[in-house]
Amino acid sequence: MHELSIAIQIVEIVEEEASNADAESITKLELDIGLLSGIEPDALEFAMEEAIRDSLLEKTHIVYNYIKAVVVCEECCNEFDTDDYFNSCPYCNSLKTIFIKGKELNIKSIEILKQ
Amino acid sequence: MCGTCGCGDDEHITYRNPNNPDSHLHEHSHFHGDKEHSHAHHHEHDHSHPHSHDHSHDYLLKPGGGGALNSQTIQLQRKILSKNDLLAERNRGHFEALSILAFNLVSSPGSGKTAVLERTIREKGNDFNCYVIEGDQQTMNDADRIKSAGAPVIQINTGNGCHLDALMVNKAMKDLKLPEKSTLFIENVGNLVCPALFDLGETKRVVIISVTEGEDKPAKYPNMFETAHLCLINKTDLLPYLDFDLEKFKQIATQVNHHIEFIEISAKTGEGFNQWHEWIEKQRLIGTE
Repeated sequence: MHELSIAIQIVEIVEEEASNADAESITKLELDIGLLSGIEPDALEFAMEEAIRDSLLEKTHIVYNYIKAVVVCEECCNEFDTDDYFNSCPYCNSLKTIFIKGKELNIKSIEILKQ
Repeated sequence: MCGTCGCGDDEHITYRNPNNPDSHLHEHSHFHGDKEHSHAHHHEHDHSHPHSHDHSHDYLLKPGGGGALNSQTIQLQRKILSKNDLLAERNRGHFEALSILAFNLVSSPGSGKTAVLERTIREKGNDFNCYVIEGDQQTMNDADRIKSAGAPVIQINTGNGCHLDALMVNKAMKDLKLPEKSTLFIENVGNLVCPALFDLGETKRVVIISVTEGEDKPAKYPNMFETAHLCLINKTDLLPYLDFDLEKFKQIATQVNHHIEFIEISAKTGEGFNQWHEWIEKQRLIGTE
C-alpha cells in the first residue's frame, strides 16, 4: 500500500508550494501519473481521499492525468505504445526497448487563490 | 510519519550498532503538517527553488481575510519523490567523493541476502573494506550475523516501514564513518515492491533471487527487476532437487530489463563467488574511469 505513502507526500509538497506562493486556498491540483510507475490508480485515488482530510487540499479539485506508456526501440528508434513490460518492437522485433513515457510520478500544477 | 513514504512512524525507526546496542543515534521528529512552517529541524530544506522566509504564512490559517482574490496557476512539474531523490543524490555525491562503492541489495524475504554478505565479508572483507547497513522491520539478528562475519554494521529497524529511504541511509552512514575506497552494502528490507521506488544513492542496485522461488518473479514484480543492474541467482546448490528453469527465468528477466547481468551463486557452497567478487572489482574500475 505505498499509494498512501505517495498520497501523503503529494499533500505535503502541495501545501508547502501553496504556502510559498502566499495562497489563500488551493482550487485545483493536477497530477501526472504514468501507468507503469508502480502506482495503482484506484489505490492512489482512494488514498488521496484519506490524505487530504484536514489539509489545505480538502476542497481542492484533483485531476489525475494517467499517462500511457511509450517505449522507444534501441535498435531501430521506432516509438510505440505499450501496456506492460513485455513487448517486442513491432517494426524490428527487438526486445531492447526503453520507456520514454509511463513512468511519471509528478505534481504538474496547482491553481491557487491569492490576494 | 516517514519523511518520504508515510508507511511507518519516524519515531519507531531505530539505528543500532551491535558494538554498543544501547546507544541510539539521535532521531529528531519533523513537522511539515503544521501551517506554522517552522522548519526547526536541521535537515536540508530541499526545495527545488529558493525562497525567503521574511513573510508570514499565518493567513493560511485565516481564510477569507478580505479583499478580492485572484486565481493563479503555478506549473510545478515536481516529482512526488523529489525529497527522497535529492537526498539520494547527496548520498551519491558523498560516495563518489570518497570513491566508495555502495550496493543496494534488494530481494524477497529469505532469498539469502545476509548469507551472501556473510560469505563475501569472510572471503573478501579485507580487500573490499566492507561496511554494512542492515534494514529490517525488527530485530538485531542480521547485524549480529554481519558483525560475527567481521564487518562494521548499523542495523536500521524501520518499525512498520516496508523499505529503506535515502534519509535513513544518510543517517546510518554518518555513524558508520565510511573511509575512502571502502565498500558499503545496504541490505534493504525484504520486499520486492516498495524498495524499487526509493533511490538510496547507491552505485549499483543488486536484486537477489533464490532458485526456491518461482522463475516468473520478474514478470510479477517488474519494477524491481527493471531498476536493478545485477541479478544474483542464489542457492544454486539446490537446483538438482527443484524444477526451477534457469534459462526461462533469465529470459523473463531480460524481457523486463535487457541491461541486467546475471551471476549464479550459492552462499552455502561458495559456487560463483569468484564471479561476484570480480563484478564488484569491475565496478570500482568503472568508477575510476
